[in-house]
Amino acid sequence: MTTRQQVLVLYLATSALDTQVVGWANYDGTGREFHMAGDNDTPPYKTGLHALLDGWRLIQANPLTTHIPGNEYRTDYLKYEFFFEKMVELTAEELSQ
Amino acid sequence: MTSDMTQDLTNATTNESVPDLPRLSSQQMAEFAARGFLRFDNVVPEALNEKFLQEVGHVPLEEINHPMEHYGKVMASSAIPVIRPGTQLHNAYPNESAISEILKLQLVDGVIQSLVGAAPIFDHHFLHITFPPKFYGESQQKSQHYHQDSTIDPRQAFDVQMMYFPHAVTVDMGGTRFLPGSHLRIVSEAAIARYQNIVGQERMVCPAGTLLFLHMGIWHGGGANQSASMRYMFKIRMNPGERQMRLWDSSDLGNEHFEQRPIFWTGTDSGDQIHQTLMKPEPWFEADTSRLELMNRVRFWRYLLGDNTFDSDYWLTRVEREFA
Repeated sequence: MTTRQQVLVLYLATSALDTQVVGWANYDGTGREFHMAGDNDTPPYKTGLHALLDGWRLIQANPLTTHIPGNEYRTDYLKYEFFFEKMVELTAEELSQ
Repeated sequence: MTSDMTQDLTNATTNESVPDLPRLSSQQMAEFAARGFLRFDNVVPEALNEKFLQEVGHVPLEEINHPMEHYGKVMASSAIPVIRPGTQLHNAYPNESAISEILKLQLVDGVIQSLVGAAPIFDHHFLHITFPPKFYGESQQKSQHYHQDSTIDPRQAFDVQMMYFPHAVTVDMGGTRFLPGSHLRIVSEAAIARYQNIVGQERMVCPAGTLLFLHMGIWHGGGANQSASMRYMFKIRMNPGERQMRLWDSSDLGNEHFEQRPIFWTGTDSGDQIHQTLMKPEPWFEADTSRLELMNRVRFWRYLLGDNTFDSDYWLTRVEREFA
């Protein structure tokens, strides 16, 4: 059995998995789908929990960090980043390519 | 909104400091402060659009063998001059050139003076050409990742990037994608490339002669061109030539603008329109950082007003109530 990893990155509105998706990215290690910046305006899931319900495994979540004194009000990168994966078995046809 | 904004600018009254030229209104300036861009559709006359394309060396697709070869020809022979950064914008382009004439359009001059002053400084310019799929063969054409131009830039003073779309841009041409309200986030250029899509992102689909003025911090990227035509976008980055304080027509600011409006328990009166604009969140804001964004907008508006006491919805005033 040969498997490949599909990666889904969701950016949520809070640190809770059951809050809404505000940003996302897909990277498909099977080669079946190609994704790039700006390819879709509709989030793949309503919340992070919906991704879990669809079989995605959570593998990383942003920690909550202390706010640096003097920098408490600065904003920069999207804050609530969650990495998910699916391991997908390749078909015989895909293996032969 | 776009046509209204154009109309507002056209109808703008003058104030004592700017007697001749229509400037942005305070509402338009608040839109820029809150969302980081102003868009004006179809404001460059068609004759100038055609002149521009002719000057830059636009040729039919059939005459192009390879994108880089064509870029090389355009770079070598087009009328776009090579200009040193730091040059006065008003002296940067030859008189009678299409770009010079565009910069002299009353609306364009008024927007630029409202944002970066009467003597803006040329930073750089570039002609972006995006080629259709036939030039990519079997390889997949990719859109440009999200990025913030230049590098980490925490200034309150801001540069402006004017994007000029000399021909109509259709959806499949992959016009510039950008994220409204991202301009106050301090990030490091392509560090945000991981974000493929963000709720509320916009992309340029526009008629010929459209101008997009961007705050330097806006997250953006070019799209993949899936059409059968070339896409052109000409960008000029300009620095302010003076402190950016009330360079627009601020004569429309009433006394009520400087008063706190009630918050949370507000009744039915939502108050001053500019406060509403400054306090309207974008759909991608996180729950907690949304409030930080609003505070940073107020800070930016204070800077533009030259008034460190202004507040909207009490966000800054509350945390400033400290005792020695």
